[in-house]
Amino acid sequence: MLAPAVFLQRLNFIDACYIVAFSMFIYGMSGLTGPRTAVGGNKIAATGMAIAVIATLLTPHVLSGSATPWLIALGLVLGTAIGIPTALNVRMTAMPQMVALFNGVGGGAVAIIAWIEYRHRFGGLYPEKTEIPTLFAAIVGSISFWGSGIAFGKLQAILPSRPIKLPFQAFINAGLFVIAVASAIVLASGTHSQALFILGVLVAAALLGIMVVLPIGGADMPVVISLLNAFTGLSAAATGIALNNTAMIVAGMIVGASGTILTNLMAKAMNRSVPAIVAGGFGGEIAAPARGDTDRGPVRSTTPDDVAIQLSYARQVVIAPGYGMAVAQAQYAVRDLEKALEAKGVRVLFAIHPVAGRMPGHMNVLLAESQVPYELLKAMDEVNPEFQRTDVTLVIGANDVTNPAAKNEPGSPIYGMPILEVSKSKSVIVLKRSMASGFAGIDNPLFYEPETSMLFGDAKQSVSEVTAAIASL
Amino acid sequence: MSTITEIAILVLAAFVGFEVISKVPNTLHTPLMSGTNAIHGIVLLGGLLLMHEAHGVLEHVLLVIAIMFGTINIIGGFFVTDRMLGMFKRKPEPEAAPAEEGGVAEPKQVPSAGSDGKGA
Repeated sequence: MLAPAVFLQRLNFIDACYIVAFSMFIYGMSGLTGPRTAVGGNKIAATGMAIAVIATLLTPHVLSGSATPWLIALGLVLGTAIGIPTALNVRMTAMPQMVALFNGVGGGAVAIIAWIEYRHRFGGLYPEKTEIPTLFAAIVGSISFWGSGIAFGKLQAILPSRPIKLPFQAFINAGLFVIAVASAIVLASGTHSQALFILGVLVAAALLGIMVVLPIGGADMPVVISLLNAFTGLSAAATGIALNNTAMIVAGMIVGASGTILTNLMAKAMNRSVPAIVAGGFGGEIAAPARGDTDRGPVRSTTPDDVAIQLSYARQVVIAPGYGMAVAQAQYAVRDLEKALEAKGVRVLFAIHPVAGRMPGHMNVLLAESQVPYELLKAMDEVNPEFQRTDVTLVIGANDVTNPAAKNEPGSPIYGMPILEVSKSKSVIVLKRSMASGFAGIDNPLFYEPETSMLFGDAKQSVSEVTAAIASL
Repeated sequence: MSTITEIAILVLAAFVGFEVISKVPNTLHTPLMSGTNAIHGIVLLGGLLLMHEAHGVLEHVLLVIAIMFGTINIIGGFFVTDRMLGMFKRKPEPEAAPAEEGGVAEPKQVPSAGSDGKGA
């Protein structure tokens, strides 16, 4: 009789709230893994977050002091005022940079908190267990903030998306890493000039974040964002240990762990290792192409009317979309084309390469937006055997993921990456703005193959013209 | 809480993270990354917990920024994820009544080896 009451008394209300909150994170996240439960899962996780925030505000002393509640309110209001309109107005095509941005501010918050933690707790007074997690959080949070900032800049085209390389890059990076860790060790062992060294840690880590992401080309960006996402998670978990906060430990760590898995899945899809990507992006070797561009042979260009005829008389058409479709916002035009072809009795499939676009699942999101039926989207492994019985493959703004050099040219920087084997279909039509090479900066032999023809122009306009031509046939 | 308890929680949480993610379809990678991205906005709690201990203008300003950052991370993350997932919702199409995954109303062709739904 008495036992439950005693138990409840001992169970701190705040801690109980945290347990509820992180259970909801885990439950919500497992919901996110299925298309039907995902929306609910996200809402459950968001509710968990609200509970965690309210519980924290109810913690004794958190609102003590005359200015404290106002300052907290100010931060919350500013964050909400910036966050909601940004999230509601961003276009679906700009999603990758939004994720980079939200990830970056999370990392920034971690770095600031670690800094303040440091100023307070360790004047040589508390050389305790919290010191190492705090320093870890300072380094990783700072890398994540600045690295994500660069990633955002590249995806938003504020910075050039091509790899930017400095001489001795690897040495500089290694040097920065050593400086960051050495400053951290000095801090952890000595008691002198903390203020200076913690800034040393933060600044060296910041430069490291910038230097690591700058040389990474567009094609590797999704992997990097996922990696930085995992980093922010880990640093949040470390902050949780420093602050004795269970909700932060659990939430941070599940993000860190899941982000690591996701990063690996994505790197695997490109047949690259994460260290290789971090060490330097695609296109590092573009100066020495495997073969001169001259012996590629001629390129055949075609017209929307011809494409329309070819498509209408096909039995099976595969559409392979890429980043170009996202840039041109062509997803609705593509949906119309698919409907027009279906009306003619043509079987249409969509070939989705795991790293098409700038995020895994980027194409799926866009095509779902334009309401292409989920069943028509086929993953690479499913669709590759289909190409043999496909009459026409329409490549819309996808370059590197269809590049046969990945299979045939051992000298190519993307050699070994699994590709959509579009050239196995009877004919290939490539929609492309011009003959410029893709993000990876690699020439694509597909364009020069005899069964390939090119339809130059803006993807959205080209697709609409083809659709109109089909309707008038 | 003792350090060892915290590390135990950390390790268990890592396994939960691995477990949850290992069965996600490619389609949901972006919303998932975006959703987990929102969850690490939990660092907001750190800003809230430290504010009352802050001294001086610099620390107060920094913490307001940290709280703002954390809030942007959380709110932006969850809203964006919600928008993205909303697009996966199936619109009530009249012919979508029969089975959900595999044999959805393809034109009547000989079902070739590829149409087995989620293999591999």
